[in-house]
Parts: sequence; C-alpha cells; structure tokens
Amino acid sequence: MDNSVSSQNSLVSVHNLSFSRGNKKIFDDISLEFERGKITAIMGPSGTGKTTLLKLIGGQLFPSQGSVTVDGQNVHRLRRSELYNLRKRMGMLFQSGALLTDMNVYDNVAFPLREHTHLPESMIRTLVLMKLQAVGLRGARNMMPNELSGGMARRIALARAIALDPMMIMYDEPFTGQDPISMGALVHLIKSLNNTLGLTSIIVSHDVHETAAIADYIYVLSEGKIIGEGTPKEIQQSKSEWVQQFMTGAADGPVHFHYPATDYVDDLLLSKKRSGRVSKRYGQL
Amino acid sequence: MMQLLQYLGRTTRASFTKLGRGTFFLLHTLAGLGSILPRPRLILNQMYSVGVLSFLIITISGLFVGMVLGLQGYYILSDFGAEETLGVMVAASLVRELGPVVTALLFAGRAGSALTAEIGLMKATEQLSGMEMMAVDPIKRIISPRFLAGFLSMPLLAALFSMIGILGGLMVGVGLLGVDEGAYWSQMQASMDFHDDIVNGVIKSIVFGFVATWIALFEGYDTIPTSEGVSRATTRTVVNSAFSILGLDFILTALMFGDN
Amino acid sequence: MQHTSTQDTLVGLFVASGIVGLLFLALQVSNLSSFIKEDTYTVTARFENSGGLKVKSAVSAAGVKIGQVSAINFDPTTYESVVEMHINAKYTTIPDDTSASIFTAGLLGEQYVNLVPGGSEDYLKNGSAIEITQSAIILEKVIGQFLFKSAEEKAETKK
Repeated sequence: MDNSVSSQNSLVSVHNLSFSRGNKKIFDDISLEFERGKITAIMGPSGTGKTTLLKLIGGQLFPSQGSVTVDGQNVHRLRRSELYNLRKRMGMLFQSGALLTDMNVYDNVAFPLREHTHLPESMIRTLVLMKLQAVGLRGARNMMPNELSGGMARRIALARAIALDPMMIMYDEPFTGQDPISMGALVHLIKSLNNTLGLTSIIVSHDVHETAAIADYIYVLSEGKIIGEGTPKEIQQSKSEWVQQFMTGAADGPVHFHYPATDYVDDLLLSKKRSGRVSKRYGQL
Repeated sequence: MMQLLQYLGRTTRASFTKLGRGTFFLLHTLAGLGSILPRPRLILNQMYSVGVLSFLIITISGLFVGMVLGLQGYYILSDFGAEETLGVMVAASLVRELGPVVTALLFAGRAGSALTAEIGLMKATEQLSGMEMMAVDPIKRIISPRFLAGFLSMPLLAALFSMIGILGGLMVGVGLLGVDEGAYWSQMQASMDFHDDIVNGVIKSIVFGFVATWIALFEGYDTIPTSEGVSRATTRTVVNSAFSILGLDFILTALMFGDN
Repeated sequence: MQHTSTQDTLVGLFVASGIVGLLFLALQVSNLSSFIKEDTYTVTARFENSGGLKVKSAVSAAGVKIGQVSAINFDPTTYESVVEMHINAKYTTIPDDTSASIFTAGLLGEQYVNLVPGGSEDYLKNGSAIEITQSAIILEKVIGQFLFKSAEEKAETKK
C-alpha cells in the first residue's frame, strides 16, 4: 500500500491501526488516508467494524496499536479538552440520526451552537434556518424527532452536524434503509455539501452504487484488512475475486454464504446426543 | 463446587468493577455540577420531570399512609387509654421512618426507573454518543442536571409526604374517631424534637435522594444498549435502590437514634 | 422543550409546597416555634425525685402550657433534683409561693411540671426558686406499695 503519495494533502491519516474487541481482531494493522476536500468511502460487508473505525477516528475508542491523526493532531494523545476542541471541527452523522428526542428539530440543530457559542438567540435563529434550508427541511423546524421519517431525521442530523461549520463530516451508513427518493436526496446533499462547504467527507457504507456514484476514493475492508482501494472505476475493474463479489453482490464466492461451522452432516448426527445434554444444563439453571 | 467458587469469584469481581465505575461516574457527575449551576433552565426542566411528576403519587400515598396510621394507632393506643398521644405516634413514625423511606421507595419506582429508561434509551439510540461527537460531555449536559434535580426534589417530596400524612392522621383520628384536636397537636409538639426528629428525618431523605438518583442514573448510563438491556437496567434500578434505601435506613437509624 | 412557562409554574409550585412541608415539620410538628418566638425567664425548683421528667417537658398551669423544662441537674450536697424551667415572659404575674408538682399526662403519658399558683403579692422573676414542690409519682413505687399493703392485709386476715 502506498500511503506516502497522498499523505501530504490528507486531513485524516490512520497508521498501522489494530483494534480488537475481546478475542476478536476487528482491525489488523490497517492504514488509510483521507484527502482534504474529497469524499472517501470505506466499504465492506456488515460486521467488519466500519462504525468502529469512525469511533476510533472520533476518539471515542482507543486502538490497541497504531495511531490516528486528524489535521496534524494525534487523536489518542490529546487531552480531554483538546480532543473536545478537535471534535467541534468534526461532524458525525450517525446511522439513526441520534437526534435528541426531547427537543424539536429547531432546538436540535441549535443545540451545538447553544452549547459551544455565546451567540445571541437572533443569530442562532438565522444560522439554524440557514442549515435547515441547506438540507431542505426549513418547514419541519417545529416537528419532534419521533414525527420524522428516517430520511428526514438523517437530514436534520446532517444540518446539526454542519451547524458549527466543521472541516469534515463522517457519515455512518447514510443510505441504509432509505427509499429511493430520500436516498437520492441524501446522495445529492452529501455531494453538494462537500463541494459548497469545502468539507472532507468520510462515508462508511455498503451501498455499492450510491457510494460509488459520489466517492472520489474507495477503501474496501474485509475481516480487518484492506483488500482493495482506488477510485470507483479502479475498484469496479479490480482483479480481486473478493472485491468483485462485493461489488456485484454474488451470494457465494470468497466470502462464503455459510458462517464458519463444523461439517453439516456431522452436526446433524450429533444433535441427538447433544440435545439431551443441553436440556439437562438448562434444567440445572 | 469449583463452579460455585468460580461463579462467586466472577460475581464478586464484577460487582467490584461496577462499584468502581459507579464511583467514577459519580465523581464525574459531581464535577459536572459546576458547569450546570449557571444554567438553571436545565435543572428546572429536570425538576419538572423528577419532582412535579412524582408529586401526585407522593401526596396520595402520604395521605393514605397517614390515615392508616391514624386508624391503627388509635386502636392500639386506646387499649392503653392513651389516645391523646396519637399525634405523637403518627408524627414520629412519619417523620423518622415512613416519610423518608416510603418516599424514597416511591421515588425510585416513579422517578428513578424513568431516569434509567430515559438515559438507557438515549444510549441505545446513540444520543449520548452523538453528543460526545458534538464535543458535548453527556455526563455534564445530561446526567448532572438530573442528579441535582433528584437530589433537591427528594427532601421536598419527603417533607410533603410527612406533612400530608400527619394531616391524614388528623383527619381520621380527630375527624372520625374523636381524638381531641388540641391534644393531637400539643402532644406531638411536646415530644417531637426539632433536631433529633425533624433534622434527622430530613438528613435521611437527602441521603436517600442522593443514593436513589445516583443508582438510577448510573444504571441508565451503564446499560447494555439494547431494548432488553434497558428493561433489565430499569428493574435493577428499582431493586438496587430499594435494597440500598432500606439498608442505609437501618444504619442511619442506628447512628441517629442509637443513644436514646 | 414546549410549554416551558407552565412547566416553570408547576416547578415553582412544587418547590413552594415542599418548602411549606419543611416549615410545617419545623414549626407545627416540632416545638421549634416555641423556642424562637417568645422571650422567657428562668426559674428553678427542687424535687426530691423528678422521675421521668426530661428536658423540653412541658411546664403548665391550669392545664395550659406556659413554658418548658430547660435543664435537670442533680445537686450533690442536698441529693435533690434541680429542675430549671423557662417560663414564657408574657406570664409575669405568677405568685412566688406557687407550688410545683410533677404529673403524668394519662396513665402512660409524658410527665410534666404543673404549677399551682399561691396567694402571694410578689411574683416569680428571672432566677427565682419555687419553694413548695411535690415529687413525681413513681408508678412502680405506688404499685409496689399497693401490693405490699394488700399482702400485709391478707396476712393479717389469715391470722
């Protein structure tokens, strides 16, 4: 992997990162670069720890090895107050939106402004309406989060994430579970926000087509390793069987349809003996 | 046998680490109070959900407990021809024990479980995580105001409970059973001591409020972020609060009223 | 956050009623009010036995509470109990030949000091002593005497 080429211009760099949860190794010595002003996508099947990677970049989790540098600062070496200052310049869009359920849309978008600035309420109002206008939901300002559809909640959360004019935004599965129209709206939003605000975007996703349509660079992760990287075009023409399987969505291939298990026939024959033992153990409980 | 020992060891270790986490959590919460105090709006909003919403259950329970005390006390005392001391009995049992303890148990059931569920769900829906990524400390912003609100509300609720209870006892004793009203009050005033009874009762309610709120918030914050986890945490809040309140009540009573 | 102003009002009401509760406990339930409000003057009385009398027991005259016991001490020279009482300052016309006795309210009730005014023209002042006293009736003693007496009578009738 050749990191040195882009490292000059990268906002976020991940170096030789390892992370494990319990005995399971989630990342095994991976390195990634995220260039300024570009949209970089991390793709891979569910359960490969893509969200974990975002939390590592945001400093919510600590790696067992390696480092994460954001805008020249090593995230995991910072003191708490410094980390918080850095986070003010990092937006994150959670899969669920993570809107605060006891406030309406307006107050949710105003929340970071009220927490971090001492702006007068009239200025906050102007800013909030601008952000809501940018995501096209200015009319929904008085709704409560539970009245919003999933797509709307995500757009509100996006408005909140850009409230403090961050330098970068991390999107956690922005397209999952969206109908085609709100999916289209989100794709359009991410692209246009990135261009107009000069943001750096990191998208974690397994929606191949939408992501490929807007990403400038793609990393494909599987089982804790990077198994492919490049521009969307390069990825689509990749020689790797695995990447091909992921991009085309074939049921079987290098990634097997079955979760690793003992031989099927053996298992079935065993089951008679074992079921007796199992029920005995439950009996004890 | 080995399994039993292993289980015992595991449980002990787990409860110690939990206690440790709980203590750090408490310290963090207390440290957050400083940044919360200049923002009374946050505390007011929580006083509403913790205090005002518990108001009804506390006053109604207080009334009934007081009425029952009036009734039972009257039958017991009249056997000794000492009905006049009904006021003392009702007031002493309410102010010293039932007021703080029953209020704290109801508080844990009403406000505590609600707090746990709220915080747990905020965790499960990534609201706490989201807040952290917005560079807002969720313990300071979410936990500390709730803690202060619970801590302030409990003594007020307990005092209300005792007051309503004493009036309930008056209603039954004087209104229904014909104890002299003057005797009800004057006997009570003669034997209830401001420091020994009232202040100690208030101290109890403050301690219970502290512990019940702490447990509720910590269980919420420590929840496994799934719907099952939240439901379990809510149950644990009620059970652990009840144990802690009753256990502490014994210790406090022994310390406060021991030398009489 | 909606309906903020109604919420504020309710919180205000809640806090106010809680404070009323605390004041009620302090002033109406305990005897704190009797401490704070009024001025008092101190008189003493010596009893052979002050029985179950306690500090803060009531001092009353004609069944009305006019003060409370402030201290009970043992006098090692006369072997008597010295009871110090605070009498409400508004009762300035209690004769100095008033007698004090220790009564029990009801069979099992609290003990209190009962003052029966005499006929003197001079009144009790701060620091004066009540000369005529009658000790507490010790229930055990009375019952003991009664049993002893009836046993004696029985013994006599048997003879």
